[in-house]
Amino acid sequence: MSQLIDLDIAGARDALAKGECSSEELTNGYLEAIDAAKALNAFITVLPGKAIEMAKESDVRRKAGEVGALEGIPLAIKDLFCTEGVLTTAASHILDGFTPPYESTVTANLWGQGAVLLGKTNLDEFAMGSSNETSYYGPVRNPWSMEGAADGLVPGGSSGGSAAAVAANLCAGATGTDTGGSIRQPAALTGTVGMKPTYGRCSRWGTIAFASSLDQAGPMTRTVRDAAIMLGAMAGHDAKDSTSIDTPVPDYEAAIEGGVNGLTIGVPEEYRVDGMPKEIEDLWHQGIEWLKAQGAEVKTVSLERTKYALPTYYIVAPAEASSNLARYDGVRYGLRVPGDDITGMYENTRAEGFGAEVKRRILIGTYVLSAGYYDAYYLQAQKVRTLIAQDFAEAFVDVDLILTPTAPEPAFGIGSKTDDPLSMYLNDVFTVPASLAGLPGISVPAGMSASGLPLGLQLIGKAFDEETVLRGGYALEQAAGFSGKPSPWWRS
Amino acid sequence: MAEAEAKLVEGATGSWEVIIGIECHAQVASNSKLFSGAATEFGADPNSQVSLVDAAMPGMLPVLNEYCVEQAVRTGLGLNSAINKQSVFARKNYFYPDLPQGYQISQFELPIVGEGEIVLDLAEGAQRTVGIERLHLEQDAGKSIHDQDPALSFVDLNRSGVALMEIVSKPDMRSAEEAQAFLKKLRTIVRYLGTCDGNMEQGSMRGDINVSVRRPGEELGTRAEIKNVNSFRFVGQAVEYEVGRQIDLIEDGGEVQQETRLFDPRSGETRSMRSKEEAHDYRYFPDPDLLPLVLTDEFIEGIRATLPVMPDQKKARFIEQFGLKPYDAGVLAGDKASSDFFEKVVEGRDPRLVANWVTGEFFGSLNKLGVEIEDAPISADNLGELIDMISDDTISGRNAKDVLDIMLETGDAPGKIVEEEGLKQVTDTGAIEAIVDEVIAQNPDKVAEVKEKPKLAGWFVGQVMKASQGKANPAAVNKILAEKLGL
Repeated sequence: MSQLIDLDIAGARDALAKGECSSEELTNGYLEAIDAAKALNAFITVLPGKAIEMAKESDVRRKAGEVGALEGIPLAIKDLFCTEGVLTTAASHILDGFTPPYESTVTANLWGQGAVLLGKTNLDEFAMGSSNETSYYGPVRNPWSMEGAADGLVPGGSSGGSAAAVAANLCAGATGTDTGGSIRQPAALTGTVGMKPTYGRCSRWGTIAFASSLDQAGPMTRTVRDAAIMLGAMAGHDAKDSTSIDTPVPDYEAAIEGGVNGLTIGVPEEYRVDGMPKEIEDLWHQGIEWLKAQGAEVKTVSLERTKYALPTYYIVAPAEASSNLARYDGVRYGLRVPGDDITGMYENTRAEGFGAEVKRRILIGTYVLSAGYYDAYYLQAQKVRTLIAQDFAEAFVDVDLILTPTAPEPAFGIGSKTDDPLSMYLNDVFTVPASLAGLPGISVPAGMSASGLPLGLQLIGKAFDEETVLRGGYALEQAAGFSGKPSPWWRS
Repeated sequence: MAEAEAKLVEGATGSWEVIIGIECHAQVASNSKLFSGAATEFGADPNSQVSLVDAAMPGMLPVLNEYCVEQAVRTGLGLNSAINKQSVFARKNYFYPDLPQGYQISQFELPIVGEGEIVLDLAEGAQRTVGIERLHLEQDAGKSIHDQDPALSFVDLNRSGVALMEIVSKPDMRSAEEAQAFLKKLRTIVRYLGTCDGNMEQGSMRGDINVSVRRPGEELGTRAEIKNVNSFRFVGQAVEYEVGRQIDLIEDGGEVQQETRLFDPRSGETRSMRSKEEAHDYRYFPDPDLLPLVLTDEFIEGIRATLPVMPDQKKARFIEQFGLKPYDAGVLAGDKASSDFFEKVVEGRDPRLVANWVTGEFFGSLNKLGVEIEDAPISADNLGELIDMISDDTISGRNAKDVLDIMLETGDAPGKIVEEEGLKQVTDTGAIEAIVDEVIAQNPDKVAEVKEKPKLAGWFVGQVMKASQGKANPAAVNKILAEKLGL
């Protein structure tokens, strides 16, 4: 079976089409791999029965000549997407036992294209975190390991379970959500491809909200081609999401081989942080050279408000979260911890139901929206956000794509930053600006650190120009020829 | 028309001016909710009209109901108010079990409707112009039910997400009467427009009344807000009580606290609900799930083109076309059903006579019966026939009132009643002369007296009418009496 799970989405698609395997066989292979990878803690819920059933149905459809874009492809779904009849937790204690009677638009689109649900992946609680350590269900371990990190490495976050599952071949591909980097940063830390499309490209309906003006679903895959295939199936206008944009979804896969010849790539001089390892800087230069060598013109651009992006994000996102998470009150679903009166019930439920990081962000968000602080924090942050978007708009007058490192460092040890939220937040420093501007971005594995860990490069594109982002990503991927895989130490 | 003088209230230490502003919540007449497709029908089984959005299930998103937007714009136009082409939905955050999202989607900084004004008709022909501050759209909350279980409260989410228009006045009212007149006028306007059924008993309209007092000409005093007053009568009682309370408080050396108060209809008093210190910090911010609402000129003008004739326009027409007194015209135009009824009756008849009868005897009788005009037992045609019988002297005005009473009781046509009761007026001068002669013959002393005291002629008229059982035509009686008595 190991050969089957080594197939990426495009490979599995071909094998299925040629009849070399069935979806059921493929699915069984992944279920076995998942079963053998408990040490990674990548999944909160595994659904062997449902997966096999869906795979069999897919095989029947294929025999009948019905073949969707992801027909028979087994996927893992971040446990932030509501799945009908399947426990959905957001990795929070407060959603104990919550089984939605509805299916998120993004996952419904995937099933509509024939995909198979393997299970729900672990994440930072309510997608709040950059290391997958805030999950009520425990941290996810990065399949990549490093000598000296006895407790293992983080896979990044918040889509850490999805990233780990993709990196360890526990699924053909996975969904993630990205609010400030939650797809791209874990992709970089696990040597996988992660794409955040333009805000409004994928429907948010049925995805548990963290920060509504930033949240965006996207694919996490082994290759850029797979990301293109998956995004095509996930994206599309949805009348149930007022912020979803009614614009046609292009054939992304057809776009990827367009090359970068003739494209202008911007390199923002502000994307450097104190103490950033030289190897990240070197990789960035390497990326520039790769694109140049393929005919791209490279230009220095200025995104001068970049330094305000992180503080702006940590006002806007918690503000929205403080309001979005008010519905978890113990009244209608999930955890309820009794109290002497209604206030007591609220306090007990939310005190027990939310973890420390979620509480921290609710407090920050409540504070910045409070009377007397709103103008100085929230309103100011909204203004800065507009200016950051303006920076990008100006840069994109001259360039087609912007190339940056994805994260300022490779995967770090579990527990090494949990007492230092600011240093944790700093991990999103290169991904947050594009989130604030609503722009599409992709992280492509491009090299290895001296410690033997994967490093990613990020390409940011114009709004709704995912095609060019994927083209650039594919060009980087081809040039980098990254083929590293973690050794499967987790196999029991 | 004269703008009304502020009626002052006399306290123990001098006079006080009352300042009132009102926030009125009017439920949008719409079959589905503001941000979901769930039904809004009144009186359904608990929690039978609740969508996933209304219950705030994880991942659910609001989608704006365009019909509710139309209704709000229509109402704004009916209130002579500016329509804001860009408005923003904001979240008002607070925790309560009947508020599933933990926030109410409302409008804060940029409402859909801006400033305007309406004119209130008061007693004795006075008017009061009241400024409209704004109108915004918002979601209603659900309902908490506390009397089903000793330990638990239950929640009914049928109302959760129902569209409300909050209409905010400027602090331009000066008495309980004006506060009532304002809400009545609002109800008239929304009923004309069909944007709200105006039904206060079912909670489709309810008012938050802000009351303060001051010495005439001085700075505004501290206000108290009386929440959710749900009948015109209660508005009057609540304002009267609150004004008295505030004046007593200040005159006793105390200070009015800015606070929210509740009106208790049983005691007729208001009591403190929460103080300013306990007031929520609602942490309003633009709802990131919804884009700013942008209206085009075409959209607004399309709605303007379908506006009905509004009560003030109708009143002006009644005055101009029918020569009605402004007060009567106001009363008739003030209610769509009344004005429709009047217009039916007035067709081909003397407008002032019809207006007198409709606003006087007819409305008076309905009031006594406690019946709304929609349920009146008398049709416009029958009332018209009765008025015709007065005009052509078939019956006297006095007997017409008796006929009206019988019509109210039986619903019969007036012709039939007059026939059966033998109430036809006597206009035959010969017959009247005979009665006059008889009265004169029986009262020689009074005949002698009347030369000195012409006022006694009235007594003779009364005697003749009595003798004719009210059927003699009063004009004919007067004429013949004057001749015979040599007056």
